[in-house]
Amino acid sequence: MFDPHLWRRQFPILERKVHGKPLVYLDNAATTQKPLAVLDAERYYFEHFNANIHRGVHALSQEASEAFEGAREKIRAFLGAAHVEEIIFTRGATEAINLVAQTWGRTHLEAGDEILISAMEHHANIVPWQMLCEATGARLKVIPMDERGVLLMDQADHLLTERTRLVGITLVSNALGTVNPVAEIIRKAHAVGARVLVDGAQAVAHVAVNVAALGCDFFVFSGHKLYGPTGIGVLYGKKDLLTAMPPYQGGGDMILQVTFEKTTYNQIPYKFEAGTPHISGAIGLGAAIDFVRSVGLENIAAHEDRLLQEATERAQRVKGLRIIGTAPGKASILSFVLEGIHPHDIGTILDNEGVAIRSGHHCAMPVMDFFSLPATARASFALYNTLEEVERLFQAIERVQKLFLS
Amino acid sequence: MSDLRDLYQEVIFDHNRHPRNFGPLPGANRHADGFNALCGDKLSLNLKVEDGIIREARFEGSGCAISTASASLMTEALKGRREAEVAELFEGFHRMVKGEPYTVEMGKLAVLAGVSEFPARVKCATLAWHTLNAALHQADQPVSTE
Ligand SMILES: Cc1ncc(COP(=O)(O)O)c(C=O)c1O
Repeated sequence: MFDPHLWRRQFPILERKVHGKPLVYLDNAATTQKPLAVLDAERYYFEHFNANIHRGVHALSQEASEAFEGAREKIRAFLGAAHVEEIIFTRGATEAINLVAQTWGRTHLEAGDEILISAMEHHANIVPWQMLCEATGARLKVIPMDERGVLLMDQADHLLTERTRLVGITLVSNALGTVNPVAEIIRKAHAVGARVLVDGAQAVAHVAVNVAALGCDFFVFSGHKLYGPTGIGVLYGKKDLLTAMPPYQGGGDMILQVTFEKTTYNQIPYKFEAGTPHISGAIGLGAAIDFVRSVGLENIAAHEDRLLQEATERAQRVKGLRIIGTAPGKASILSFVLEGIHPHDIGTILDNEGVAIRSGHHCAMPVMDFFSLPATARASFALYNTLEEVERLFQAIERVQKLFLS
Repeated sequence: MSDLRDLYQEVIFDHNRHPRNFGPLPGANRHADGFNALCGDKLSLNLKVEDGIIREARFEGSGCAISTASASLMTEALKGRREAEVAELFEGFHRMVKGEPYTVEMGKLAVLAGVSEFPARVKCATLAWHTLNAALHQADQPVSTE
C-alpha cells in the first residue's frame, strides 16, 4: 500500500513552516520539491568528482563524464528511447522546443507551410513556433477545445493537411490537467506526413511515457517538474532527424575539428550540446529518475488520482467555486475560480494559511481568454501530498470566502 | 507573522465591492492602459486635466481586491490635485507600500500601508499609479508593472 507519509521523509523542505503553519505545497505543476536522493547526488558529485566532462584524462573528469553519460542512459530508459544518442540535454522544456524550432524548423519550413498546435499549449509551445512562422512565412493553426478542456478531434482531422509540417502538442495541460490523446494525434499527423513534438513537461511526473511506442518525433521535458534540479531538461528526437538537423549553438564540445576555414560538427547528441553543460543538474536528474522508479510511476499516478478525486468532490460542494478544466481522466491538477474573489487574493490568503498554490494565467493566456477569465487558482498534486493536505486546502478556501463574503 | 487584516481592511473590501469612479469618462484628455502580467489584471485609466489640475479621474478593468481598491482610492485622491503634485504623491505611495519611510500626507491612501507586509502584492497596489504616470506623460505603450 502506497503511503505518502513514508516518502515525505525524503523531502526535508516539507517540514518547514510558512506563516507559522506547516507548509502544504500544492504548486507542483510549477516545480516539484527535491528528495534527498537528488540533493545527495548533486552534493556527492561536487564533493568527490567535480570536474569538466569529455575533456580531461584525469580521474575526476573520467568519473564526472561517466556520471553525466550515466544520467543520459537513465533518461533513455525512462523514456523508452531506442538509442542513448537520441537524448539531448537542454536547460529545460522551453529550450528544447526552441532548439527544434530553430534547427529543424528553419530547415524544413517555408512560406505556406503550417504548424498545428492546440488551444491549451503553454507559452513555451506557442511562442517559438510564432517566431518560426515569422522567420519562414509559415502559418500557425490551432486545434480548438470544448468547455471541459477536451480537444475537438474532429476539427483536428480537418486542420491536418498536406501543408502541415509539424504538430506541437502537450501531453498534459498545465492549466487544465487534461491528458491529450497524443497517440491518436501522432498517428493522424504521420498519415499526412507531419512531424510531431510532444511537450511532456507536465506529464512525465504523472504518466508513463514510451516514446518509441508513441512514435513521436520529438519529446521534451524539464527536470525540475520531475523532482529533479532546475536548469536541466531533455530533448528526445528520432536519430535520423537529429542527425540531419543543423546545430543549435556553436562552441566547445559540439565540434570534431575546427580550423579557421572549416569546422566539422560532432555527432549527436554532442552536436547540440555546445559549451560546458549543467553537469550536476544532469546527475541530479538521473537520481530523480531513479527515485521516481523506486516509488513507481503507477503508484504515484494512482495516489495523485485519489487526491484529485477527493479534491474535486470537495470543490463541487463549495458554493461559488467553479472548476476550470473538467475533462475526464485529468492528471493531478485542480484549476478553479471563486465567485467574486480574484485568484490573486485567494493565493495570498491561502499562503497565509501555509497553503502554497499558484494563481495567475499559468503561462497559458489563450486558455484564460477561452474561459474569459483573467486568471485561475491552481492546486497541483505530487506523490508526497496527502488527504490531510487536501483538507487543509479546503479549510483555507473556506477562510477566503469568510473573509471576503462576510 | 503578517496579519491578513492589515492587508484586507474593511475600506479595501468596500472599494473592491463598490469601486468609486468606475466606468468610462467622456471628454477625457489623458488615457493609459495598465497591465499586470503576474495576475492578468487589466486597468484602463481616463483623466480630464484642465490648467494643470486633474478635474476627473475614472477607471475600468478587472483586477484583484488590492489593485481594484488601490485604483478606486487613487481616483478619489487625484481629484482637484495639481499635475505637478502627482509625482511626489506616487513616490510617497510607493515608499509606503514597500515599507520605506515617507513624508507625504497620504490621507485615505494610508489604508494600503499593510501591503508592505506582503511583498508579492506591491505590484497590485502600484498598477494604477504606474498607469497614471503613463497617462500624464501620454506614453503610447500599455504599461506593465514588470
Ligand atoms: C506544459 C508545459 N510546457 C512547458 C513548460 C516550460 O517548462 P520550463 O519553464 O521548465 O522550460 C511548462 C512549465 O510550466 C509546462 O507546464
